[in-house]
Amino acid sequence: MLRIVLSRTLPRISGISNCQYSAAAIPVPSAQPEVHYNKLFINNEWQDAVSKRSFPTINPATGEVICQVAEADKADVDKAVKAAREAFRFGSPWRRMDASDRGLLLSRLADAIERDTAYLAELETLDNGKPYAVSYSVDVPMVVKCLRYYAGWADKWEGKTIPIDGDFFCYTRHEPIGVCGQIIPWNFPLLMQAWKLGPALATGNTVVMKVAEQTPLTALYVASLIKEVGFPPGVVNILPGMGPSAGSAIASHMDVDKVAFTGSTEVGHLIQQASGSSNLKKVTLELGGKSPNIIMSDANMAEAVEQSHFALFFNQGQCCCAGSRTYVQDTIYDEFMERSVARAKSRVVGDPFNMKTEQGPQVRNTEQFKKILGYISSGKREGAKLMCGGGVAADRGYFIQPTIFGDVQDGMTIAREEIFGPVMQILKFKTLEEVVERANDTKYGLAAAVFTKDIDKAHYISSGLRAGTVWINCYDVFGAQAPFGGYKYSGNGRELGEYGLDNYTEVKTVTIKVPQKNS
Amino acid sequence: MPVIGVENVQSAGAPSACTVGKQGNMSSEPGNCQNHQDHDPDHGDAGPAKQTMPMPVPNLEVQYTKIFIDNEWHESCSGRKMPVHNPATGDLLCEVEEADTEDVDKAVQSARAAFQLGSPWRCMDASDRGLLLNRLADLVERDRLRLATLEALDSGKIFLMAYFVDLMATVKTLRYYGGWADKIQGKTIPVDGEYFTYTRHEPIGVCGQIIPWNFPVMMFAWKVAPALCCGNTVIIKPAEQTPLTALHMACLIKEAGFPPGVVNVLPGYGPTAGSAIAHHMDIDKIAFTGSTAVGKLIQKAAGDSNLKRVTLELGGKNPNIVFADCDLEYAVEQAHSGLFFNQGQCCLAGSRVFVEDSIYEEFVCRSAEKARNKVLGNPLVPGVDQGPQIDQKQFDKILELIESGKKEGATLECGGGPWNRNSLFIQPTVFSNVTDDMRIAREEIFGPVQQIMRFRSVNEVIQRANATHYGLAAGVFTNDIDKALTVSSALQAGMVWVNCYNAMSTQCPFGGFKMSGNGRELGEYALQEYTEVKAVTIKISQKNS
Repeated sequence: MLRIVLSRTLPRISGISNCQYSAAAIPVPSAQPEVHYNKLFINNEWQDAVSKRSFPTINPATGEVICQVAEADKADVDKAVKAAREAFRFGSPWRRMDASDRGLLLSRLADAIERDTAYLAELETLDNGKPYAVSYSVDVPMVVKCLRYYAGWADKWEGKTIPIDGDFFCYTRHEPIGVCGQIIPWNFPLLMQAWKLGPALATGNTVVMKVAEQTPLTALYVASLIKEVGFPPGVVNILPGMGPSAGSAIASHMDVDKVAFTGSTEVGHLIQQASGSSNLKKVTLELGGKSPNIIMSDANMAEAVEQSHFALFFNQGQCCCAGSRTYVQDTIYDEFMERSVARAKSRVVGDPFNMKTEQGPQVRNTEQFKKILGYISSGKREGAKLMCGGGVAADRGYFIQPTIFGDVQDGMTIAREEIFGPVMQILKFKTLEEVVERANDTKYGLAAAVFTKDIDKAHYISSGLRAGTVWINCYDVFGAQAPFGGYKYSGNGRELGEYGLDNYTEVKTVTIKVPQKNS
Repeated sequence: MPVIGVENVQSAGAPSACTVGKQGNMSSEPGNCQNHQDHDPDHGDAGPAKQTMPMPVPNLEVQYTKIFIDNEWHESCSGRKMPVHNPATGDLLCEVEEADTEDVDKAVQSARAAFQLGSPWRCMDASDRGLLLNRLADLVERDRLRLATLEALDSGKIFLMAYFVDLMATVKTLRYYGGWADKIQGKTIPVDGEYFTYTRHEPIGVCGQIIPWNFPVMMFAWKVAPALCCGNTVIIKPAEQTPLTALHMACLIKEAGFPPGVVNVLPGYGPTAGSAIAHHMDIDKIAFTGSTAVGKLIQKAAGDSNLKRVTLELGGKNPNIVFADCDLEYAVEQAHSGLFFNQGQCCLAGSRVFVEDSIYEEFVCRSAEKARNKVLGNPLVPGVDQGPQIDQKQFDKILELIESGKKEGATLECGGGPWNRNSLFIQPTVFSNVTDDMRIAREEIFGPVQQIMRFRSVNEVIQRANATHYGLAAGVFTNDIDKALTVSSALQAGMVWVNCYNAMSTQCPFGGFKMSGNGRELGEYALQEYTEVKAVTIKISQKNS
């Protein structure tokens, strides 16, 4: 994700703000950062689980236990919802706060995270396995930018006055929805937390957030910063826990007004169902993808190869928007394949704390690990051509070799299902119309890309693709300013940008009888 | 000016405490300056959260007295300087380099270079422009005591007002527009035919900005913040009476990291430097705050030269309408501060108070008592609530208008003359039985002189309130929702306050109907004044919805 940060934005930021980020300035990390927080964060206090249960969180690079973390369940969710409801009470400090001051608090949170960039990046790498250089220069800076962006929105989210017919004065108020449940995944723990908190808090909601059981540590540290910068108690509550228990309790809760979920399409179905079976809470979903990446023969070959490699292998392939169906026009197919294989073979896999490492372990999730290997087997079995990789990359930890399949057909499992690992599928196509149709022939619709120098082709394809995000001659370019979300089974609603605010707002129409209307 | 700001600060809710307590963190490297405030003597630790009133910086020395062009300090091309006085004492504070046409030319060249296609400023991410404005806000917060002291010395305004109102508004304005920088969004537009159309919101270019002496640092922020957030470059001329805080701001702009030439600050006089800006062939836009008389000159100058875009924020003769069903004591208090705030030197001043017949006597009586209780004196001293007028010219004009009021038959309830011989202080003055044709009911006085008129009906007062060539602000006090909505719809004014006055905030647009101005400052609306919209249309092979 977010190549833009690596290649472009960082040097600029450092130019204007004495910011310490630049490739040369990444500090040497500690591979064993101290863990300060491992409890539930409710009402600005650290609490044990009601059940007193805890679970281990594991370093996926070594398989070793990092620490035990308190495990939230239904009873803890109830406590957190109560705290969030109280913080949202009409007349509470949070409700009465100036919008600009909500913005200021978010800005302060961004400042505190920026101050602790190195530590947070270490913790993220330890818990998630992503290369430290990436945690440090992509994930954390994106978090800071996202929070600053939404800080700015807080006092700019404007209602309207509306010229209705008759002797009335009519206006809208953009009010917060209330208590928002948020369930976030393990692939970008810090960033997903910011994507969720930024718009929810800017618009004045309160939050009960469940973080993924694989990666709870950075979210808990951020909780401590939330308290440090001065958010009132109960505004943000962070609960590490399991999906079927804590996650389900949030989704089914009768006093949670909205739930936002990022994760698999399978669980997305459950969330939507839970809302329907409980209180019809508002639902936004950011789910899976099988995103097409279309390379036309007139594209810049070197750039297209590198971008397509990045599009799939970034973050160990654990991106919902991974470009996992690379469609290459027949006339350049062979050269593209050859170069892509060479690039994948040169990918450095190993210790995520080593600065040269491009690919760390998969996130600690035995099921997920087996699933990826299973997909690789199915690819071989169904007749795709294994061009490189195809197996486990180390004796311990959860490493998988960068893998490329050629001659992939649209009907194969690896061309239809989300693999969420370092496995690239390259498919061949002949014509524009054909590739648009094939690209859209999926239940997913999250992202897509096209590489071409032809302005007509670029427009034709970008209009024709059924996807929430289309990149032209680039991939994984994210900005806090631009909305992100899916068509079809890839989700409901949009995150980021101004659009992200809609999903955290109730619009109230106020109409007042007046003696006489005038324009 | 924002009375709201005063109340917020003094009640010090949770987030305000956050502002005060954390500010040091942001003033230099974000990563490792957690304890910055420990070695920052100017840090705003006198904030209300700690329940001690801020005190002016003693024996403050003026640090910046030159012209600021291209992030450097310059002497004037002519070699001329101008004196800057403390209006409370008449003492000379310092001499400042006086910009004229040649200096304006230099500044325009620098601003134009900073605006070149491909320049660092033009290539900068919008979010980074926002970050720079936020950094500037941090620096203003750091130097808040120093700036407030300088402002009080230079303009004669009450130090605590400068600290709590002017500086607070300055910081909030900078932060607010810092947030807008990456939210100024163009559109994609479903045009007919096989086309793809989108708009780009581009900066206008080099903007000339001319600001007045009544709220020097706040007006500086109102002008530069939206201009910079949209990506323009700026040449700003502060008033000759009050150049000092603007020059301090220039220093902070450099410290924050704005590229050279993006902001240029030129102290100087209106007929020379101001006129050069207004007539300049290479300035793309001009924004002026000041008198309606000069506003006309600015508009003409734009017409005579290059049709530069013009926004004007000019004078007012603002009606403040008090119905009998209001909370009387509160209305008296609001009407009083609505006029006397800042020595009456506000374009917003509620200088025509229309009071309903049945409460008229009581209202006048209480208003006069309030005015009589005002404490005049050294604006740096706590407890003083009215300082001097800005200069002799204004002083003379105000006294002349007071005399006209007496002559034309208004009843002088209190005040009516100078206070403390050989100074620029004027007694808080209240006139009753003012009729609409009197000069004090028609002309902007810009001093501590309150006119109270009598009215009987809603329709009458609407008609009288609108019978002016101004249209800046208006107030209405009533507990009746129908009256409130009827009057607020009917008044020809850019701002209408219901059961409050001077309730301004950076999110809310500000500007005038009629001869009170053109365009709006503050809020999202101000962004329009600093952007050119470009529609880009691309032929495509096949359109689909």
